[in-house]
Amino acid sequence: MTEAITATGLVKRFGKVTALDGLDLHVATGEVHGFLGPNGAGKTTTIRILLGLSRHNGGAVQLLGGNPWTEATELHKRLAYVPGDVTLWPALTGGEVIDLLGRLRGGLDPRRKAELLERFQLDPRKKGRTYSKGNRQKVGLIAALSSDVELLILDEPTSGLDPLMEEVFREVILEEKRRGDRTVLLSSHILSEVEALCDRLTIIRDGRTIETGTLTDMRHLTRTTIQAELAGPPDGLATLAGVHDFQLDHDRVRFDVDTDALEPALQKLVKVGVRSLVSQPPSLEELFLRQYQKDER
Amino acid sequence: MTGAGRLVRLILRRDRIIMPVWAVLLGLVPAGYVASFEGLFPTDAERIDYARLSATNTGFVTLYGPLHGSSLGELVAWRAGFLPVLAGLCALLTVIRHTRADEEAGRTELIGAAAVGRHAQLAAAVLTTCAAGLLMGVVLTAAMVGQGLPAAGSLAFGAEMTLSVFVFAGVGAVAAQLTSGARGARSIALTVLAAAFVLRVGGDTSAVGDGSLRWMSWLSPIGWVQHLFPYGVNDWWPALLALAFTVVTVAVAGRLQSRRDLGVGQLPARLGPASAPAGLSSPFGLAWRLHRGMLVAWTIGFALLGLIFGGVGASVLDIAAGNQGLSDVFTRLGGSDALVDSYFAGIASIVGLIAACYGVQTTLRMRDEEQTGHTEAVLTTSVSRYTWAGTNLFFALLGPAVVLAVEGLATSLTYPDGDLGEILGGVLVQLPAVWVLAGVAVLAFGLVPRLSAVAWAPPAMCLLVLLVGQTLQLDQWFLDISPFTHVPKLPGGDLSALPLVSLTVVAAALTAVGVTGLRRRNVPE
Repeated sequence: MTEAITATGLVKRFGKVTALDGLDLHVATGEVHGFLGPNGAGKTTTIRILLGLSRHNGGAVQLLGGNPWTEATELHKRLAYVPGDVTLWPALTGGEVIDLLGRLRGGLDPRRKAELLERFQLDPRKKGRTYSKGNRQKVGLIAALSSDVELLILDEPTSGLDPLMEEVFREVILEEKRRGDRTVLLSSHILSEVEALCDRLTIIRDGRTIETGTLTDMRHLTRTTIQAELAGPPDGLATLAGVHDFQLDHDRVRFDVDTDALEPALQKLVKVGVRSLVSQPPSLEELFLRQYQKDER
Repeated sequence: MTGAGRLVRLILRRDRIIMPVWAVLLGLVPAGYVASFEGLFPTDAERIDYARLSATNTGFVTLYGPLHGSSLGELVAWRAGFLPVLAGLCALLTVIRHTRADEEAGRTELIGAAAVGRHAQLAAAVLTTCAAGLLMGVVLTAAMVGQGLPAAGSLAFGAEMTLSVFVFAGVGAVAAQLTSGARGARSIALTVLAAAFVLRVGGDTSAVGDGSLRWMSWLSPIGWVQHLFPYGVNDWWPALLALAFTVVTVAVAGRLQSRRDLGVGQLPARLGPASAPAGLSSPFGLAWRLHRGMLVAWTIGFALLGLIFGGVGASVLDIAAGNQGLSDVFTRLGGSDALVDSYFAGIASIVGLIAACYGVQTTLRMRDEEQTGHTEAVLTTSVSRYTWAGTNLFFALLGPAVVLAVEGLATSLTYPDGDLGEILGGVLVQLPAVWVLAGVAVLAFGLVPRLSAVAWAPPAMCLLVLLVGQTLQLDQWFLDISPFTHVPKLPGGDLSALPLVSLTVVAAALTAVGVTGLRRRNVPE
């Protein structure tokens, strides 16, 4: 599979501050790739390098097969970008900005624009200075999504959107995904959004990649929470390798178990006798928290 | 007004360096004039001679205002006649910075949600600015008395500057209520300042001639404060006019603020087109949309300047004809043609410097665009940095050419006796010098974007050279700092190509280095 974005060992320093410290990011063509990390982790810095706005100090980066710094202008014809905080020219209307950005990118589809205006419920006749944060964000999204491009780079694109509009955003991205030829890099810290949309994800922290893979891959690395009502005492379960946070209250047990220790743990439970069983797969939230805690240790 | 005290402290904290600098510096500049005049004209006779010549020199009267006496104090106060304009400029910028600019950036919302009264921010901005004006007046009065000048005149001199600050703090306060953007508010307030200056120039230069338009000075707050005539008549009643104007403007600003919502101006926001016109589809189309307002405004301003300067030029001849002593002097200098020529040549360098301010302002608009994130939006499309910079610089470099040409044409309308080619040539030869100053701004923007504002230092330096240079007979190296010194003095002087070509080459080099710097750095930086 070809890669739309390949960054290896990316380093970016601002004076004495190291913003990116050997970051790796691999985005395959045609996938929706989640890019996760806490505030200040380096998501926006990475995106700026991909867009040729900043120059990296070390490592290698390729975007759509080209050099994002030297071939910026050519590459930008093939991508669209939505920043986390869209700013508009105060005297231009939303509609004018959408058209302008689309034309500067090499053309936009007026029917697609009309459709998106309708779905996002945006009045394009208002002046830039009068839009709220959420509406400015819609202008950026519509401008990007109306262009027929290979790659969408979205940096926390739904910040400021209400839940209904977030839902519209998800639908639109899922439609793009079904087309199969568009690559999307979605930086976010809204986990439900990433969970719903992304094929694969990369988690970064302090300018370094700490995890990358599919959601399923990552769940293998995590723990399932088991709650059960037992017929007898669960001897030996608490000390079983891979079982954590074991709690026993009369005949009820609650514990977390590593994915690879799931089978022996379940066999133990069956041996004792199970009256009821609830198992919770790890959510992305937990995955996220665990990664960060692991990293802090 | 609740919370105004705390907001005053916030303003003092934010402006702790810049505010004392302008307040004290403008207060101290005249002290330098005292020493210079004493050195240049040690005897009364020499001073009287100089005063008589200066009082009828329209170039001087244009820049500094009327001169009615020949005492040292009167000469110094007259020579400082452009300082009220600068004091007013500082005042209106400060008030807008702490009112509308904060509001536009959303900081007022944060403050307004705290236990702070509706008018607290406006009151704090006006009070602090007026306090700076008082400081300026006190420093000036003390410096003058310290130099041995009469106390009553020094007090009036100090009051002249303080009142300029008061008046334009009021103008800034009203302007801040009118538009929803700080840029628009600044434009309105600057237009009022420019109008006040132009009215004063019109009235004062007319007074040198037949006096038919001298009433124009009385329409100008700058005219009022200059009519205090420190060390001469020490007339205090124009001060009441200035104070009343301040009180009324601040009250109007307060009323306007009560009637509007936070974040909006007086004009309701109207709906615009739902899609972009065909013209708005290229980087150039965008640059035209961004720069056209300024271009139109500056063109109108320069047309007015041209009309006034042309009209004054006509009266220069009358003056020479009516004054035997002067006529003799000018005959020796080469006749009345030489007088008119030197007038237009002098005006041309003033006009050139103003056009340079337009060039620098337009260049620095790129920094504004960068900081607001607009540049990022454009550069992530298929527009290269060179194209983006080029389309903006097109207006920064050719805009001044347009306004200078318009000024020359307007001048020849009100001075039909002059040769259009000579008058136009006189202002257009300023262009290479204008480009040098714009080039410095490109350099700063490309290499040290965070310090872009230093691009205002060269125009300020050139203004200083213009204000204190020639009349005080300073060393040539000091005059040479200003690129305008090197421009051929036209009409009248020799049109030599070398300085024009050299200045153009320097400007091109500065611009090229700046744009290369922009290509190599992070955006935004």
